[in-house]
Amino acid sequence: MKRNEYDVAVIGAGAAGLAAAAVTAKAGASTVVIDRDVRPGGVLNQCIHNGFGLHYFKEELTGPEYAARMIRKATEAGAIFRIGSSVMEISPAQADGRRALTLYSKESGVEIILAKAVILAMGCRERTRGNLATPGSRCAGIYTAGLAQRMLNVEGKLPGTSAVIVGSGDIGLIMARRLTWSGIPVKAAVEIQPKPAGLARNIAQCLEDFGIPLYLSTAVTKISGKDRVESVTIAPLDDPTAERVIECDTILYSVGLIPENELSRKAGVVLDPKTNGPVVEEGVYETTEKGIFACGNVLHVHGLADQASEEAERCAESALRSIGMR
Amino acid sequence: MEKICIVCPKGCRLSISQDGDKINVSGNFCPRGVKYAEQEILDPRRVVTAVAPTDSESQPFLAVRTPDMVAKAKIPGILTKIYALRLKAPIPAGTVVLENCDGEGTPVITCMDLD
Repeated sequence: MKRNEYDVAVIGAGAAGLAAAAVTAKAGASTVVIDRDVRPGGVLNQCIHNGFGLHYFKEELTGPEYAARMIRKATEAGAIFRIGSSVMEISPAQADGRRALTLYSKESGVEIILAKAVILAMGCRERTRGNLATPGSRCAGIYTAGLAQRMLNVEGKLPGTSAVIVGSGDIGLIMARRLTWSGIPVKAAVEIQPKPAGLARNIAQCLEDFGIPLYLSTAVTKISGKDRVESVTIAPLDDPTAERVIECDTILYSVGLIPENELSRKAGVVLDPKTNGPVVEEGVYETTEKGIFACGNVLHVHGLADQASEEAERCAESALRSIGMR
Repeated sequence: MEKICIVCPKGCRLSISQDGDKINVSGNFCPRGVKYAEQEILDPRRVVTAVAPTDSESQPFLAVRTPDMVAKAKIPGILTKIYALRLKAPIPAGTVVLENCDGEGTPVITCMDLD
């Protein structure tokens, strides 16, 4: 097994991880950024729509463009990338305070990376139909919005021929426009809350632009279909008898995100039941495990990628202080 | 008329009224809201983002965009042109792959490297 030693190991090469790595590497800390995907950028690479970077770069960029700028920043600062590599485990602190990360990749098998500070930047997962326990058939054609986004924007696969969006998170709204622009009519977006979850601009440019109805205070009461989705039944909360059946073969769930903390939990990091992210000291970003920091969507869900990047920079400064490099 | 400003994530709720040739806008937080409202009334425009097919096995589709907004009515035609592309690797990000997609000189450019 190879042994690699760094000052800082960043787990996740998305909006947060890249920004953190750029800061620590620029300060002279030897920095490795680890990501399981085949290219750095995280979810930004599948977010081909514009709207990124207005705060951070003072320019409106698409997700891949935002990612490319952050990758350049981290690369120019001297960060080392380990892509196609998954972190399986973070060890307890050794006598010298360092942590051992167990890394797995197709190319090199199992490796150990030693780091003085670890920055968690793994982002989120999407909540699914299972989280909502929507009644009805368990047929094909039910996706999370982000999965459908990856299919369409990265793999170029059409997820179906007509769709209903459940929930009104930004990814779902963006996908309503993306599906429409791909020739897949979107029949409706259905939100159980009285107010939409996503940004007002996305309601305007992704639903209203195409005349897609948004049903608020409305629940999905049933999914029907034998092998494939055939229809979805919805009903307003204040009158459950006023059911409406919408025919479609595809359902996208856009019902929130959950910070992805399996790795953190295994490392003994205590999680906040409210945010599902690590408990951290305000402004310090250090978790309950010494030398392990957290930023971006793995800490709590951010509205904008720019905010995740900005938080990551503050977190990186804090990590640098902890190893005496600030 | 009520319109949500799409210029930034703030999403101001604009009240727009027309007084002859003059367009009155309120509810905007910054001057970009006025510009957006006028455009939305006279000549609604949007940025187009999509993916174009490639000949690459590892990246079968590549993110592309119009660098500027195009007339809303022209978007379906622009999408048809984008989907008919067959991009050949390698192409660096920012390369023009369609010149003048809207008849007004707006190009379509790549948003990431095609390796």
